[in-house]
Amino acid sequence: MSLIDSLPRRKAFSSEVDAGSREENASEHKSGAPFRSHRNGNSSSAPKLPKVDGLIPWIVPLAIVLVWQLACVTGFVPSRVLPAPTDVALAGWKLLLSGELIRNIWVSFWRASIGFVIGGGIGFAFGLANGLSQLSAKLTDTTLQMVRNIPHLALIPLVILWFGIDESAKLFLVALGVFFPIYLNTLHGIRTVDPQLIEMGRIYGMTDGELFRRVIFPGALPSIFVGLRFALGIMWLTLIVAETIAASSGLGYMAMQAREFMLIDVVVLSILIYALLGKLADSASRALERLTLSWHPAFQKK
Amino acid sequence: MQEALRFQPVDAEPVDHADIVVKARHLRRVAEGAARGLSLTIRGLRKAFGDNEVLRGIDLHIPAGQFVAIVGRSGCGKSTLLRLIAGLDAPTAGSIAFGEEPRAQDVRVMFQEPRLLPWARVLSNVEVGLGRQRSSADAQARAERALVEVGLGDKRGQWPSVLSGGQKQRVALARALVSQPRVLAFDEPLGALDALTRISMQQLLERVWRDQGFTAILVTHDVAEAVALADRVLVIEGGRIAEDVTIDLPRPRRRGSAELAALEGEILKHLLEGSEDTSDL
Repeated sequence: MSLIDSLPRRKAFSSEVDAGSREENASEHKSGAPFRSHRNGNSSSAPKLPKVDGLIPWIVPLAIVLVWQLACVTGFVPSRVLPAPTDVALAGWKLLLSGELIRNIWVSFWRASIGFVIGGGIGFAFGLANGLSQLSAKLTDTTLQMVRNIPHLALIPLVILWFGIDESAKLFLVALGVFFPIYLNTLHGIRTVDPQLIEMGRIYGMTDGELFRRVIFPGALPSIFVGLRFALGIMWLTLIVAETIAASSGLGYMAMQAREFMLIDVVVLSILIYALLGKLADSASRALERLTLSWHPAFQKK
Repeated sequence: MQEALRFQPVDAEPVDHADIVVKARHLRRVAEGAARGLSLTIRGLRKAFGDNEVLRGIDLHIPAGQFVAIVGRSGCGKSTLLRLIAGLDAPTAGSIAFGEEPRAQDVRVMFQEPRLLPWARVLSNVEVGLGRQRSSADAQARAERALVEVGLGDKRGQWPSVLSGGQKQRVALARALVSQPRVLAFDEPLGALDALTRISMQQLLERVWRDQGFTAILVTHDVAEAVALADRVLVIEGGRIAEDVTIDLPRPRRRGSAELAALEGEILKHLLEGSEDTSDL
């Protein structure tokens, strides 16, 4: 019976492959002679597109800033509720000159990175271990899944009792928050590497090391990147919360201090800087993704 | 027409006319210094998965360099037999002996799916086929030669995802050929291809087999393909070799010729008749 059990799986897979290759066949036919002139016709107008493409994502943010400025200037929104973008920019300029802004950004950036490296590193290591070793998975996976279901921000009171408002409190929270998306996606990536490719690698005499380097790791990479981007989001979220509750420096602390003195422009400024830093982290991970996944059909530009 | 079709008793000594033809072809190849196939002797081969006995005693001798096709209904054990020959699974009982102890790169398999690494360019996918010889100085040159041999010399720098199904399968063939194997096992390699691509791939398989002289074992569900390519067609039924048909037609064989059609009809008839007896399949 077990052969028959195993057959439908293989069949199901091969039919997927089949469908995929037929699609590609279809696209090849399209690029055949009768359509070529049509394609060329399109590509002649293509060079203009990239510049416009690069600007399109910024239209909405710019429009929002513009409407915001208008609303503030006309007095539709009182400046006690929301300062005008120009006021925020001015506050930013002042803080930049005093060096306070750079210092706080640097402190937050440093915390985020160190926490990310620690938590991501441990998560990646566990993901690898549990993906590659049944024993390791049996030993630790259940425990990790239980811990995962505790919202890590719920630990803040405990963390403050343990570490006070020391650096280690923030690093601990960030590391904990980052750990799970990296762990889960690394594990998932390794588990879902095509077993047929692994068999192929073994047939062609790959050692365990080669098999990992040439088949398993590249196969898990798209999933690892998904985890990375999730983790980056959680990293900023955790840091903001931790810094607003218990810190004596950093962007969150700057915002809380400003609230004490009713400096609403600084509060808005720190929120905007968080948005910017988050976007930067995301862009960096996407650039890395494009670089390492250039083989992936989703990243191939025609 | 009937002369071409001779059914042998299963355990008969396999020396016959076709065997001599194969041997003669080999002597020529040896004289030319080309790679040579390995002969293969299977005795009492059984394979069971739990209670399900898939192969129930296979005895078979394949002379060096012969092109053997294995046909049968799905679930008859033909793919299992191929996996045992290729060393992918271990038999429950019985033995498989090659004419000489094969080195790792002497026996290669090609599957229905190309199984290319999507993250490796075409050329490095072919280099995978060199196995432990990958690090040798001429690895790249050998991979390039193999690619040229399957007609994809210009695709060396492409990602597999941009190739068509037939091209992917040709890359897989180049990967299997690059180590100059002496036994090449095909597990329905053309099953997922469209009819036209399939015919050109059949011609390609025949050409590389004639050039390189490996022993070819082709598992297929397509009887027309089997009679067009093989020196000998084995029909497997219920885990045993039910028929052993020698195809003694000159090559290259013309598709759609009366001889081929007659042979195909005979084998199909056996397959269909067999299926009525074995209602448990």
